[in-house]
Amino acid sequence: MDTTTIMVGYASCGIAAGAKDVRKLLEAKAAENGARITIKQTGCLGICYDEPIVEVHDQAGRWVYRKVNERKAERIFNEHVLGGKPVEGFLFHELSAGGREPKQYVFRQQQRIALANSGYIDPENIDDYIARDGYAALRHALLESAPDTILQTVIDSGLRGRGGAGFPTGQKWSLCKKSRGDLKYLVCNADEGDPGAFMDRNLLEGDPHAVLEGMMIAAYVIGAREGYIYVRAEYPLAIRRLRIAIDQARERGFLGRDVLGSAFCFDIKIKEGAGAFVCGEETALFASIEGERGMPRIRPPFPAEAGLWGKPTNNNNVETYANVPWIVRHGAAAYKAFGTEKSTGTKVFSLAGKIERGGLVEVPMGIPLREVIFDIGGGIPKKKAFKAVQMGGPSGGCLPAALLDTPVDYESINATGAIMGSGGMVVMDELTCMVEVSRFFLSFTQKESCGKCTFCRLGTLRMLEILNRICAGEGREGDLEALEELAGLIKSASLCGLGQTAPNPVLTTLKYFREEYEAHIKHKQCPAGVCKNLITFHIHADLCTGCTACVKACPVDCIRGLKGEPHTITLDDCIKCGSCREVCPTDAVYTR
Amino acid sequence: MEATADRLLDLIRPFKGYDGATIPVLQAIQTNLGYLPPESFALIEQELGIPASKAYGVATFYAQFRTTPVGKHLIKVCDGTACHVRGSVTILTAIRDHLDLKDTDTTTDKVFTVQEVACLGCCSLAPVMMIGETTYGSLSFEKSREILDGYRAKEA
Repeated sequence: MDTTTIMVGYASCGIAAGAKDVRKLLEAKAAENGARITIKQTGCLGICYDEPIVEVHDQAGRWVYRKVNERKAERIFNEHVLGGKPVEGFLFHELSAGGREPKQYVFRQQQRIALANSGYIDPENIDDYIARDGYAALRHALLESAPDTILQTVIDSGLRGRGGAGFPTGQKWSLCKKSRGDLKYLVCNADEGDPGAFMDRNLLEGDPHAVLEGMMIAAYVIGAREGYIYVRAEYPLAIRRLRIAIDQARERGFLGRDVLGSAFCFDIKIKEGAGAFVCGEETALFASIEGERGMPRIRPPFPAEAGLWGKPTNNNNVETYANVPWIVRHGAAAYKAFGTEKSTGTKVFSLAGKIERGGLVEVPMGIPLREVIFDIGGGIPKKKAFKAVQMGGPSGGCLPAALLDTPVDYESINATGAIMGSGGMVVMDELTCMVEVSRFFLSFTQKESCGKCTFCRLGTLRMLEILNRICAGEGREGDLEALEELAGLIKSASLCGLGQTAPNPVLTTLKYFREEYEAHIKHKQCPAGVCKNLITFHIHADLCTGCTACVKACPVDCIRGLKGEPHTITLDDCIKCGSCREVCPTDAVYTR
Repeated sequence: MEATADRLLDLIRPFKGYDGATIPVLQAIQTNLGYLPPESFALIEQELGIPASKAYGVATFYAQFRTTPVGKHLIKVCDGTACHVRGSVTILTAIRDHLDLKDTDTTTDKVFTVQEVACLGCCSLAPVMMIGETTYGSLSFEKSREILDGYRAKEA
């Protein structure tokens, strides 16, 4: 008997886009139609802009449907699943077994290692993972290899920490392995605090076993018996799937005593973070697991010697661990075949902001930013001009169009003043004010400073005060020099990465967008039309077609005008929210 | 008051002898009661030996913890980078305006509490908000108001 499998993309992004109702409908329809139809859930393919995604797997192969709602799901079920005829108009052509040639390619330039299973397996079913070579690397490590051999493979692969700093993973493991102590800990940092980054959430929701397997292999190499995953409480679905995965791994004997009949004993606990950006710093993270306020500690001693509860500890982030099983299965040379000499392998980036195709992409290191943003990401919506891409979150920087040919690898990105960070790329268009953006980041780091170091605690506040003034139109001569001086002091006199990098968004925008600061200070103008004290909104009578879109969008009802006639804004009531400009189809709304 | 103390003791006692209990015990209290009642800290000291000053220090350090009660529905409006450049500040204004919130974060009928948060990790659907454990993406003024009206209608 022919069987058909329907897969529903069921990660946070899919659910938020409406996958729940679609799934319910498909399950009800399947129940009416007997046993030959299976409905499965899966993680995210990375094409978040096209969620909810539904796939039909039939005799002809795989068919991927995009932007599915209940109405489309009903047609897909009736026409394709029951009728055998794919619904051409709803297909995501690049991944489908038939249909027309796609207009654009999203996956062709990608290379999926960390994301290899996400969107392909049911993350709550260990058998799905095992069917795609899951736990084969662990089996090989424990039964056919030795810790030193595996360590050498990881060193040779050139894998570097994907959490931001890019420290060589093998070297980190080797330091902890050499540390003396009968009790060692292994920690997975899943406290993805960078606003704008969501690759770790996706990995945990789409392929939790890969992260667990990576941790198990690391623990085996180092000689750790206990592991912790420190995961943000803001990710309830990731936590739930991790718990399920850990229980299943225990049941199958991948975790616990004498794993797979070897002498290796290891177990993993989940610790829910409580919301503090500084806990991305490993010593602060350890303090948080211990039940303290998340404040960084002075190094040395380094975590490899004295980390969690004073014991030798190895900490890597989610994506780093997720790469490990692939490296062990395929070997160091296969991994090094991707990327550049110093930045090997692939990197997952999350594309968000003013971008056509927001989502997750995994590309070989070293490809130019332009390819990621324009070829894969589809560029800027609504024909607006690209202005900057923010990389590395609050520790990173904003890169202008002139740097779009920078290759994405650790060294090249660092040379620009930004950092690779965990891989968040927030794209900004001409309607984004770079001064306001740097104010936004500073207000974030100022709030998140743990308060231990004076320069970070007070220096960021002083910088924020200056930026607030500039955005309010009260900038003064000498402000930019004061910002630069404070930035230098904070960078050199802070204990941890948070303070050392907090000034980066300001420094990079001063470097690449200085004229925008000067316009605010000298001419009291915000060229992007964002800073409210410096702008008023108006409608071009010549361009306005009188479509009433802005009238409907205005939250304070301050736009007047009859259909077909030019509209006007009552400035006294306008709250300068920009909603009218967002919706205007003819770009008739402008600021001055 | 007695009832709260009993509830608290039930929530605190399972953490006796637990390593690094401070954050998990506070999380357990907040999950069950919606916030950390003032008497929590003395009871944590009494039962677990963690000084009340330390527990309070931890509670005020992390963004997750609240020492005041919240409404039935907690609305987290994301102001991460992606949401910020896509107009989250406007969404927050719209929501607060629609719920008639001026100086407080909780509505007078205790149905809604509004909180601005750093990043919910749904950046590709920006701007985003979360009500309870449900995430809503691609928000506009109108859409965010419609969603709130939907919750309101269920309350009536």
